[in-house]
Amino acid sequence: MISIKNVSKTFNKGTVNEKRALDNLNFEINDGDFITVIGGNGAGKSTMLNAIAGVFPVDCGKVEIDGVNVTRDPEFKRAKYIGRVFQDPMKGTAAGMQIEENLSLAYRRGKTRGLGWQVHAQEREIYKRELARLGLGLEERLSDKVGLLSGGQRQAVTLLMATLKRPKLLLLDEHTAALDPATAATVLRLTREIVEGEKLTALMVTHNMKDAIAIGNRLIMMDRGTIIYDVSGEEKARLTVDDLLKKFEEASGTEFANDRMMLSR
Amino acid sequence: MSGLLLVTQGAVSQGVLWGIMVLGVYITYKLLDIPDLTADGSFTLGGCVCTVAILSGVDPILATVMGLFAGLLAGAVTGILHTVFEIPAILAGILTQIGLWSVNLRIMGGKSNNPLLKSDSTISFFVDNFGVSQSQAALIVGIILVLIVIAVLYWFFGTEIGAALRATGDNADMIRAQGVNINHTKLIALSLSNGLIGLSGAMVAQMQKYADTNMGRGAIVIGLAAIVIGEVLMNRVKNFGLKLFSAVVGAIIYFLIRAYAIQLGLNVNDMQLISALLVAIALAIPVAMRKWREKAAYTEGDLYADEHAAANPSANALNPQNKEGR
Ligand SMILES: Nc1ncnc2c1ncn2[C@@H]1O[C@H](COP(=O)(O)OP(=O)(O)OP(=O)(O)O)[C@@H](O)[C@H]1O
Ligand SMILES: [Mg+2]
Repeated sequence: MISIKNVSKTFNKGTVNEKRALDNLNFEINDGDFITVIGGNGAGKSTMLNAIAGVFPVDCGKVEIDGVNVTRDPEFKRAKYIGRVFQDPMKGTAAGMQIEENLSLAYRRGKTRGLGWQVHAQEREIYKRELARLGLGLEERLSDKVGLLSGGQRQAVTLLMATLKRPKLLLLDEHTAALDPATAATVLRLTREIVEGEKLTALMVTHNMKDAIAIGNRLIMMDRGTIIYDVSGEEKARLTVDDLLKKFEEASGTEFANDRMMLSR
Repeated sequence: MSGLLLVTQGAVSQGVLWGIMVLGVYITYKLLDIPDLTADGSFTLGGCVCTVAILSGVDPILATVMGLFAGLLAGAVTGILHTVFEIPAILAGILTQIGLWSVNLRIMGGKSNNPLLKSDSTISFFVDNFGVSQSQAALIVGIILVLIVIAVLYWFFGTEIGAALRATGDNADMIRAQGVNINHTKLIALSLSNGLIGLSGAMVAQMQKYADTNMGRGAIVIGLAAIVIGEVLMNRVKNFGLKLFSAVVGAIIYFLIRAYAIQLGLNVNDMQLISALLVAIALAIPVAMRKWREKAAYTEGDLYADEHAAANPSANALNPQNKEGR
């Protein structure tokens, strides 16, 4: 279980650009939760994921993973609990390294690295098997540089890397947003297969309300750095896009004036 | 032996020993993507430490190792300035380099030059025992060392730590998300790099039989020039070991060009300018080519007019000027 208590984060404190991106955020993620996260631009979705991953220190509050207080741990220390896929397909893989090298780096996520050989023959079989699951033919290209792959292929490899060693929490930040619609659909399908198939705990930010409703067992809506709506189970399954828009107006007192959101109704 | 042959042999020996420094620069510049300016200082440091140690009676091999460790420490200083105190890498390197200038003078007892004329060295050992010349001995020792260094680097960069280090240079965000403290990998890389540079300085001092507080001036530019030359000559190699080898070949070619140019009457003092120009040109060419290509490819009219006409003939009929400028 992951718990976030009283977490706030202000960027550029004491300057004209001061921005409280997270404002007393409180919530708990249960094991096995597959949570979709929606909210307007600047609502604080990415900041919330970054705060959980430890990209920056938070102003106050507490982040606990399975009862361990990780609030003061830097990002690389929390990596043993967390798998991540970024929005930018370039960000999750090392372009100048081979596919198998990238996977082997991820296979050791959170482990102390020593002077043992990086890519082992028996591990190669695991990588092949896992790559084959993606159905993109990448299992034949283990020693190709990742830089040769398309954005969608790279994002699929990143997804595999984030889950190769089972994470306690998988963070997906609009990880299909930079892909063309067909590729995005493939990566989204793979995401569901992996998260649902392995019963992973995951947070997935999306701007597509239909996806947010259809995918996962729980949905949270953010506005101005806090969670304004949290729904799960049966109630979530019955939601419609119009319900969500109404909820947003009720909770935030403004209309959902977000182009990307409206477009993806 | 004829004069030209001697010159060639001397230049090759120099190139091989400086090649160890180039391997050091390769680690930071090519793998970590940091042009580390510590090099000039750590090269001199290695030479000074080794020379002074030999002069005070330390065994030459141990003295050489001391030169290596001195360079390693210098690299660690730059690494700490850069990672713990977040000083930009280039500035951190400059700070260490400038500081080392005073340190080197202190080590040398205030003298800018200390000769090793009658002392034993790792090179004189070969001269005394096998009856070879100084530059032949330097070549033998140099080749052995270069092969060892390349083998060790090839192994190291295939290990978990080595791979994490390469990934740090390739995509720091990614490797951090995999649980690697990139401050550590950068520190290791900078230390390892400057350790090799210090070793190279120690060997060059033994070859030329003196240490000089200016012996490392411009080392970083020589390193970059050698890497560039090596890449141009061996641009097709993919194997990591061969890439390292190409950097040493680049160093040899660099010193050959330099020796022949001096034979032809070039002033040694102009060599720094030539090296700097060589590196600047090598870095500028790809950028200039891209800009030129972009410019040449631009056209004011509709470049894809044919496709558009095929898709929608009537629209283009209204816009005959679309074909202009092709
Ligand atoms: N590193 C940063 N420095 C300064 N301000 C930041 C930083 N990161 C985020 N912010 C600000 O914090 C607020 C929340 O940003 P965040 O990226 O979390 O929004 P988001 O919900 O992910 O939006 P989007 O849908 O556009 O991705 C925004 O006002 C943003 O400008
Ligand atoms: Mg965002």
